Amino acid sequence: MLTKRLAVQPEILRPSDGGAVIEVKNLAVKYGNKYAIKDINLKFERSQITAIIGPSGCGKSTFLRCLNRMNDLIPEAKVEGKVFYRGIDIYSDSVDPVAVRTVVGMVFQRPNPFPMSIFNNVSFGLKVNGVKFTKQEMYEKVKDALIKAALWDEVKDRLDAPAYSLSGGQQQRLCIARALAVDPDVILLDEPTVSLDPISTAKIEQLLRQICNEYTIIIVTHNMQQAARVSDYTAVMMPDEQMIGRLIEFGPTKEIFTNPRDKRTEDYISGRIG
Amino acid sequence: MAGTVLEVKVLSRRDRLKKILDIATPVILAIAVFIAISAVAALLITVVYQGAGRLSLNLILEYPSANPAEAGMRSAFLGSFWTVGLSALVSMPLGIATGLYLSEWSSWRRFRRFVEFNIANLAGVPSIIFGLVGLSLLTYGLGWGRSIIAGAFTLGIMTLPLVTVSAAEAVKTVPEALKHGAYALGATKLQVTRYIILPRSLPMMMTGAILAISRAIGEAAPILIISGLLFIRRDPVSIFDRFTVMPLQIFNWVSRPQVAFQELASAAIIVLLMLLLALNASAIAIRYRFQKRLVL
Repeated sequence: MLTKRLAVQPEILRPSDGGAVIEVKNLAVKYGNKYAIKDINLKFERSQITAIIGPSGCGKSTFLRCLNRMNDLIPEAKVEGKVFYRGIDIYSDSVDPVAVRTVVGMVFQRPNPFPMSIFNNVSFGLKVNGVKFTKQEMYEKVKDALIKAALWDEVKDRLDAPAYSLSGGQQQRLCIARALAVDPDVILLDEPTVSLDPISTAKIEQLLRQICNEYTIIIVTHNMQQAARVSDYTAVMMPDEQMIGRLIEFGPTKEIFTNPRDKRTEDYISGRIG
Repeated sequence: MAGTVLEVKVLSRRDRLKKILDIATPVILAIAVFIAISAVAALLITVVYQGAGRLSLNLILEYPSANPAEAGMRSAFLGSFWTVGLSALVSMPLGIATGLYLSEWSSWRRFRRFVEFNIANLAGVPSIIFGLVGLSLLTYGLGWGRSIIAGAFTLGIMTLPLVTVSAAEAVKTVPEALKHGAYALGATKLQVTRYIILPRSLPMMMTGAILAISRAIGEAAPILIISGLLFIRRDPVSIFDRFTVMPLQIFNWVSRPQVAFQELASAAIIVLLMLLLALNASAIAIRYRFQKRLVL
């Protein structure tokens, strides 16, 4: 199914099941003439949560947006290098960025529900992706997504209420449900709890742990405790002297936090820099 | 023991001048407001004083006549209705499409700047110029004659900058976060426009369009060029009929010496003003409803 959705020419672009879900090779992003990130090489394994941490301005979000071609929407951003999704180069000419975004979903820093009902927010992705569902099928899909996003019990009686009537934490879980509804393979989260209170944050972290078997999750955070709590792997990014974001360390979260190899990582996670 | 010392600062000339200005500024501003309001009030009072007695349904039900007791502006009222209504059908789709293009779809920045610059200029062109363009291009060029459709297109092109600018501004108010949220779900640009941008910006576009309509309804100059001063005693039945509009009827009556016609002109102005008021009120109502929905 993923093959069909992503590849315009399936005989040329065939996703492989082996290996990393996403592999990044020599990735760099330029805004105008200035590099924001450079020389990023990284693999994301299936059904793992990878946290990307680093001080503000190190290019974490820029990097994340490369993985579903959201940087295409920023006119001055230019992406160099390669990003492979299950073996397919998503920056190849024959790949449609719109299709990439249906397999690599995204949740943003601030909850951004659409100004419509709770139900229509979740069904939006299904609607725009052009698959026709009966009313009942649509309801089941929406319900599934809301259950996975741990929001169903709170909203099941008011699916027609406007999404803005929900609290901030609920809105963010709605945005996660919305992303899950289109049945993606990878989910990118860009500091999803930065605007939320601790209880809402805990709920989201918990739900990420619950769904991580089905999805490959990549979460950008500048909250190191969060990275330690939720992730299996951690990537540390840091700006160099020219303020170009670089990947300085990557490994299992436990190792990064207990036994970092790079001095800068140690300084960062112990709070000496950043 | 040292107590509190009250510091007395001697005011310099500069300080005193500042103080005077502080007091004088609101007075000056209030005078400006008063002058503006009294100008409008003077207009309204004279018009109502002169015309109130002539206000009756006959004013819009009767055809013009040489006898002021029977005269009405039925043909002008219908003419205005047709031309202005059709002009909205010209300016709204074109203006909204151009606004969408300028704010969302164009990727060619220099061309966009060029178009924006020219639209801004177009908004400042005297309306009579649009009348001349309509006359040469539509009346003679396309052979539409001095018809309703020629008048409607002229008014439509005249109000196009207004509709375009408000549509472009409306599109710009749609938050990036909403658009990106939709893109991240695999929506195409057309879908983002259709499901996110348009529903969100349509009320503001409508407000701009209504203001454009209320400008078109009061225009006399371009219509005078297209249709000429006419004495029409029948209802328009097709868009290729000749026509006249309310401002021209008012102009016609004002230019007559008899007091009775002056009074008729004032009554017609009252009708026109009430129409404008209703249009502007509906624009405000739409905006208000839109804002309330955003708070939800």
